[in-house]
Amino acid sequence: MWFASPDEVRGRLAAVDYLADDGIATSVFLAGALGKPLLTEGPAGVGKTQLAKAIAQATGARLIRLQCYEGLDEARALYEWNYKKQLLRIQADDEAWEDIFSEEFLLERPLLKAIRSDEPTVLLIDETDKADVEVEGLLLEILSDYQVTIPELGTITATRRPYVVLTSNATRELSEALKRRCLYLHLGYPTPERERDIVLTQVPELPGQVAERLARTVATLRGLELKKSPSIAETVDWARTLLALGRTDLDEGMLGETLGVVLKHNSDQIRAAKELGLSRP
Amino acid sequence: MIEQDGKGGPLLDRHVAFVHALREAGLPVSLAEGLDAAKALTVIDLAERETLREAYAATLVKRLQHRPGFDALFDLWFPPVISGGYGTAGPAPAGGRAEHPPPPEPSEASAPPDPSELAELRERLADLLMGDPDDPAFRAFARSMVERFGKIQAAGNRQSWFSFPVLRALSPQTLIARMLDRLLAEQGRAERGGLPEKLARHQISRNIRKFEEAVASDVRRRIAEESGIERIAKATVAPPIDRVDFLRMTKDELARLRREVYPLARRLATRLTVKQKRGHRGRLDFRRTVRASLSTGGVPLTTHLRPRRPHKPELVILCDASDSVAAFSHFTLLLTFALREQFTKVRAFAFVDIVDEITTLFHPGADVLDAVLRLTKEADITRFGRTNYGHVFTTFAERYGDAIGPRTSLLVLGDARSNYQPPALETLGRLAAEARHAYWLNPEPRPQWDTGDSVATSYAGIVPMHECRNVTQLATFIEDLA
Repeated sequence: MWFASPDEVRGRLAAVDYLADDGIATSVFLAGALGKPLLTEGPAGVGKTQLAKAIAQATGARLIRLQCYEGLDEARALYEWNYKKQLLRIQADDEAWEDIFSEEFLLERPLLKAIRSDEPTVLLIDETDKADVEVEGLLLEILSDYQVTIPELGTITATRRPYVVLTSNATRELSEALKRRCLYLHLGYPTPERERDIVLTQVPELPGQVAERLARTVATLRGLELKKSPSIAETVDWARTLLALGRTDLDEGMLGETLGVVLKHNSDQIRAAKELGLSRP
Repeated sequence: MIEQDGKGGPLLDRHVAFVHALREAGLPVSLAEGLDAAKALTVIDLAERETLREAYAATLVKRLQHRPGFDALFDLWFPPVISGGYGTAGPAPAGGRAEHPPPPEPSEASAPPDPSELAELRERLADLLMGDPDDPAFRAFARSMVERFGKIQAAGNRQSWFSFPVLRALSPQTLIARMLDRLLAEQGRAERGGLPEKLARHQISRNIRKFEEAVASDVRRRIAEESGIERIAKATVAPPIDRVDFLRMTKDELARLRREVYPLARRLATRLTVKQKRGHRGRLDFRRTVRASLSTGGVPLTTHLRPRRPHKPELVILCDASDSVAAFSHFTLLLTFALREQFTKVRAFAFVDIVDEITTLFHPGADVLDAVLRLTKEADITRFGRTNYGHVFTTFAERYGDAIGPRTSLLVLGDARSNYQPPALETLGRLAAEARHAYWLNPEPRPQWDTGDSVATSYAGIVPMHECRNVTQLATFIEDLA
């Protein structure tokens, strides 16, 4: 068992500075209790990857990370035979055909490493939507039975089930088959109240009142029709910026000058300045 | 499992009925997922309602668009309270479930509110609206207000529950000014205006919306108690945004849709790239294959293929900007411009009864809302204000005929309702013949084509016409196009 109850999840994540709401705490608890992978989806910068790191840190487990990208294949994700070594062995010894497919020539990649690990492991499969559709097929066997089939070696089953977290920015719809095997957690933008608390845990030096106004301002910005809404990570950056500038009050002038920290499109900045009545440098 | 612990019988029934209702509402809940949810019920604390909700959500709801519908149904199947457990005066609901709710007294509920009492209630509402809406007292207050004002006596001895009398009696909108003053005073600002007011206003309007939702949710719960869950469940769940008809969209939904333009475009673009890659691969790239084989001692273990040159069409969009189909046209325009990279060149023209080029309004980095506003204000597209397709095609051929060449795809957006004017079929035929492809997207449902002044079929004879009523259909079309 990873956690005993959702409340315990909340407590232990809070101890490593990750503030979980009801949805997060329950899903994280269930993923552990039911032994199912947890798929977290949501816009960039709301703490999806951070959640996996926090779980690993809170439970003292080892974190194994598989970063997905276009063109990721079995050889990079699961395992690969060390061809060069195999060729050398054959050239050195003509009788070696039998044993070139053994442990010695196997290159372990993150997925296999997580399956074979003896210690508690959190497997983070990051940005799953960036990978090609074929990779999802590869994940299906691993995520439903926690086992891998290597034709030359047979089926390897996990001795200790890793805690699997998948993240996705929803740039494409993941396949139904994959979603069905996972618990789903949508991480969206937090309420201003929660965002204030997050900012205060990340930047404890910031006065509470400033954090409050910061969170409310960001919530208002998200209400505008922007190309890219500010993320939590950007709010935290903003808090750090204010701190670095030594300002403890957030007024119109200050906002206008530092708007670039949270809004990265020119048209967004123009719109925000117009709607909030800011002066822009 | 649940059924074995004896007292779980009713819970199991409720679980099965709930899963069934979700399927009825269009959520794709598979058997395996239903089982997962049942397993989840055995490990969580069932007395914690929010944990129960999230456990169901994590196991059954795998798409964000389905979440609002799920929440509405959850509130019906697992109501926070059962009627009769609390009075109108007490702010907090009784914790336990009342076995036999006492019948509410109609005389009390229908009595006109006493002005001083009403002022007191409104004062309390203002306090709550300025606080944290996740506070349990917030929902409890909404519930007691529905109890107090929401009942309407119908003919005979029947009664029903409604939201509007509650909102009319309390009228939270008229409290805004007072709340703004108080919030600003708390921050030590005497005067209105500027950023603090904007922030306070945003906070208050968000909380008012939450209050309205809480009231609506409690009204649904009461109706469900009186006439059965199944009856109301069907009417409760709105279709997800990508299935809402363009022509029936509310202002709110349009705004939500506009916010979806960029994410949708990104999703489409990724899908298109994937498709292009997965299509026929090109010929063997001999050089790269040999180069790669060097690392394996000259054995070509992996072959490399040349990528195929992607097909990128030139696009000319001719869109009806009259009020009847404006929502559809604007959205389609926004989407095609957001997908600019997928096309070599996009030129857009808008018309009502004359035609004007609007490509410049959608320059890269342009603001979405701005572009739509400028389209209605600046483009010279109206003479008499009634759509005239025939005249539009003729002027288009005269003025911008050179926009169409052998590499362009022509895309016409409109409902083909030409107010009984001559349709200029042969002009459109000539334009379509010059273009590489021509398509017509019609936001009206197919059965309504050719009714009234619609000449859909005549145009469809020249240019293939597709029904395009919602975002899903539009996305499919664009995917086929690029």
